Amino acid sequence: MPVETLLSLLSGALILSGALFCLIGALGIVRLPDVFSRMHGAGIIDTLGLLLIMAGFVLLAGMNLISVKLLMIVGFVFFTSPIATHALSRACLNGGIKPYENKKDTPENKDKAS
Amino acid sequence: MIVVIGSWAIVLAMLLVLIRAFRGPTVYDRILAVNSFGTLTVILITFYGFLSDRPDFLDLALVYALISFIGTIAVSKYIRYARLGDHNPDDPAGDI
Repeated sequence: MPVETLLSLLSGALILSGALFCLIGALGIVRLPDVFSRMHGAGIIDTLGLLLIMAGFVLLAGMNLISVKLLMIVGFVFFTSPIATHALSRACLNGGIKPYENKKDTPENKDKAS
Repeated sequence: MIVVIGSWAIVLAMLLVLIRAFRGPTVYDRILAVNSFGTLTVILITFYGFLSDRPDFLDLALVYALISFIGTIAVSKYIRYARLGDHNPDDPAGDI
C-alpha cells in the first residue's frame, strides 16, 4: 500500500472521529441539566473535536505553512478554552447559580429507600 | 468526500448548539453556547478552506478563535460587573 493512500485513509478517520466528537459535545450542551455540566460538552468540542480534526487536516496538507497555521489554531484554542470556561464558571458562581444535584441519589434517600 | 461529510456533521452540531443558545434558561447558558459556536465556526472555516482548495481561510480561522475568546471573557465580566476591573487584589472584578 503506497504512503499516499495510507495518509489519506488515516486523515479521513481522524476527521470523521473529530466530527463525531463535535456532535457528541453539541448533544451534551443540549441535553445536560445544568450550566456547569454543559461546560463538559463545550470542553469536548474544544479539545477532542478540534484536535482530531486539525490533526487530520495536518496529515492531509503535508509539511508546509498550512500545517503550521493549523497547529497555531490548536495551540491558541488549547490555551484560551480553559480560561474562558473558568471565567464563565466564576461568573456563574458570582451570579448566584446553584450547581445541579440529583436529589434521588443522596445517601440519606438511599438509606430510606432500602 | 470525507471532508464534505465532516462539514455537514459540523453544521449539524452548530444547529444543536444554537438550540441551546435560543432556549437557555439563564444568560450563562447562552454565553456557553455562543462560545462553542465560535469554536465550531473555526472548524467550519477550516473545512471550507480545504473544500475550496484555498487554505488562505486559515488566517481568518486563527483571528476568529482569538476574537471569540476575547468576546467570551468580556461578556462574562460584563454580565456581573459591567466593567473590566482594576489590577489590584481588592477589586473582585479584576480577577478573571
